[in-house]
Amino acid sequence: MSKSPLLEVSRLRVEFPTRRGVLTAIDDVSFSIAPGEVLGVVGESGAGKSITGAAIIGLLEPPGRIAAGEVKLNGLRIDNLPPEEMRKVRGREIGAIFQDPLTSLNPLYTIGRQLVETIRAHLNMSAAQARARAVALLQSTGIPAAETRIDHYPHQFSGGMRQRVVIALALAAEPRLVIADEPTTALDVSIQAQIIALLRGLCHSKGTAVMLVTHDMGVIAETADRVAVMYAGRIAEIGAVAEVIHRPQHPYTVGLMGSIPSIGEQRERLEQIDGAMPRLTAIPQGCAFGPRCPKAMPICREQRPEPVPAGGSLAACWLHDASARGQSASNRTVAQ
Amino acid sequence: MSDASASDGAPALVQAESIGKVFDVSAPWLNRVLERKPQQLLHAVDDVSFRISRGETLALVGESGCGKSTVARMLVGLHRPSRGVIRFDGHDLAGLSRSDGPRLRRRMQMIFQDPYASLNPRWKVADIVAEPIRVHRLLTEQGAVRTRVEELLRHVGLAAADAEKFPHQFSGGQRQRVSIARALASAPEFLVCDEPTSALDVSVQAQVLNLMRDLQRENRLTYLFISHNLAVVHHVSDRVGVMYLGRIVELAPKQAIFERPRHPYTRMLLDAIPDIKMTGKSRTPVGGEVPNPLNPPTGCAFHPRCPHADARCRSERPELKPAGPGSLAACHAVQEGRLSD
Repeated sequence: MSKSPLLEVSRLRVEFPTRRGVLTAIDDVSFSIAPGEVLGVVGESGAGKSITGAAIIGLLEPPGRIAAGEVKLNGLRIDNLPPEEMRKVRGREIGAIFQDPLTSLNPLYTIGRQLVETIRAHLNMSAAQARARAVALLQSTGIPAAETRIDHYPHQFSGGMRQRVVIALALAAEPRLVIADEPTTALDVSIQAQIIALLRGLCHSKGTAVMLVTHDMGVIAETADRVAVMYAGRIAEIGAVAEVIHRPQHPYTVGLMGSIPSIGEQRERLEQIDGAMPRLTAIPQGCAFGPRCPKAMPICREQRPEPVPAGGSLAACWLHDASARGQSASNRTVAQ
Repeated sequence: MSDASASDGAPALVQAESIGKVFDVSAPWLNRVLERKPQQLLHAVDDVSFRISRGETLALVGESGCGKSTVARMLVGLHRPSRGVIRFDGHDLAGLSRSDGPRLRRRMQMIFQDPYASLNPRWKVADIVAEPIRVHRLLTEQGAVRTRVEELLRHVGLAAADAEKFPHQFSGGQRQRVSIARALASAPEFLVCDEPTSALDVSVQAQVLNLMRDLQRENRLTYLFISHNLAVVHHVSDRVGVMYLGRIVELAPKQAIFERPRHPYTRMLLDAIPDIKMTGKSRTPVGGEVPNPLNPPTGCAFHPRCPHADARCRSERPELKPAGPGSLAACHAVQEGRLSD
C-alpha cells in the first residue's frame, strides 16, 4: 500500500467478563485500511467479525471491553477516547451501517428529521441547508421523489429503500470510514445487488474507506479490495481478494471456499469441514482450527501460529511458518 | 396447462394442478363497515402447476413474498389450496377419507427454515424424533422406538447419546440435523424443504446439503426444495421453477435455467448473484423492487421492471408455454421471439 493507512488496528483484544470467567471474543487482531479501500471481513457466526466492527466505533455492548491493543484513525488513538469525544468521531469520521435497516432507524421520526439531526450534529448548517443536503443525499442513494419521501416514516419504505436511507444517514457527514455490518443480509438478491453497487459507487466517488463485514464471500468478491478471514476471534488469513479466493493459503480458507456452492461448476459433493467452530468458552490451545484441520501437525496443538507471509497473503498457520518446518519434517504439503 | 416434463413418461409422485391460495387480509369487519374499507384479498399463489417424479428434486426459487413457501405448505397440507388439485401418488389430497389422510401424510414430511423455531425447546431430542413414529403408530414398543431414534440420529451424523439432550444444547447445523432426523422418522418418500440451509453458515450449509444428498441417494427420496439462493439450487436440483408474485414464470431443467435462461426475471436473478469466481465482474443491477402483491401490476406482473416490456405485456398476462427443450416460460417477449439468447 502506498498511502498511509486511515484506520490501523493493532493487536486488538476484546474481552467479555462473565460470572464463569473472562471470554476472549477477539484476540490479537491487527489490520489496516487505506483511504478509499474496501476491506472485507468474513467469517462464520461467532467468529468475532461484528465485535471487531463494534470495538472500532466504540459501540461494544457492556460488559464487553477492549482489553489490549489499539485502534488508530489517521494516526490518532480512538479506542481510549472519553464517550463524549467518541460521539463526535462517530458519525463525523466513521459512519455505520447495520444489518437490519428497520432497527437502525427511529420509527417515530420521519427520515428527514433523522437525517437533518445527524447533519446538524456534525456539520455547521442551518436547518434549511441541512434539509437541502438531506434531499440531495437521498437522491444520491437512488430514492425516487426524494423531496416528498423525506417526510415519510421508516415503515413507509420497503426493505431495500430503508437500507438506502440508512446508507444516506451513514454518509450524511461525509465520514472517511464506513463500517458496514452485513448491509445486505436482510435483503433479496436483486435488491442486494443494487445496494452493493450503490455503496461501492458512493464510497468510491468520495474516497471513503469501507470495512465490510459479511458472511457472504460473493459480496466480498465483488466489492472488496482486500479480505480478512476470521475464525474463532482471530484473523486466519488476510490478503488481496483475488489472492485469497483463488489461492487460499490457510486450510480454513481452503475449506471455506470449497464449501460454497457455485453456479459455474457441477460438483457431486461440496467440500465440507467437519465439526464446528469452537465456542468461546472452549478455544483449544494452539491453533483454534487445529481440531478440524486436515493438515494439523503436532505443533498446531501446542503453539498458536502468528500471521506469516503465505503466497500473496498473510496466514496464521504453521504450514507456512519456516520455523515450524524445521521442527517437524513431515507434512510438507502446502494448503490447496 | 401441462408441464413439459409430463412427456418423459415417468409417473409423477407429486402433482400440482393449477393450485392457488388466496388469503383474506381485510380490515376487521367493524372497520370495513364504518370506514367503508373494501375487502382485501391477497393472491399468494396463483395458477401454479408442476409435477415431481420419484427421486427427483424440484427447486422453487424467488424473492421473499413470491409464494414459494405457501406452495410448500400447501403440498404437505399446512394450507388448504383455494383452487386446484394436489395429487400425491395419484391420490387427490383434498378428497381423502379419515383413514387415508394420515396414511398418505406419513409419506411426506417437511423440513423448516429456522431450526431454532421448529423444535420444541421443552422436549428432548428423543421425543422430538420419536413423535412421527408415535403419531403414525409405526412402532409401539418403547425399546424399539428408542432403537429407531438412535439409528436415525446416527444416520444424520449425530450421536445416539444426543437423544437425551434438549435443542438448546445444539448448534444451528446440529439442530437442522435433528429436524432432518425427525422428518425421516416416518420413512417418508417425499420431503418438502423450505429454505433448510438459509439460517446456517456456509461451511455448515455444505455439511447439511451433502447429508441431504446422501439421504436422497440411499432412500430414493423426492425433494421439493425451496430457496432464494440460486447457487444452492444449482447444487441440489434437477429441475427449477422460478416464481414471481405468486406465479411460476419459468420452469425448466436445471441446465437450461442456468445456461439458457429464457424469462427476463430469471436472467435478472442470475445476473444478481455475486459470483465468487469472477472477482471484479460488475453485475447489472436491475432497478425496481417486487411490487405489492395486494395491488399487482396488470398484465405480466414483471413488466414494471422488465427492459423488454411493451404494450401487450402491460395489458395481457402471459401463459406458461414451451420455450425450448423441456422448458416453459411465461413471457410474451420469449414467445414472440423478441429476446435474444
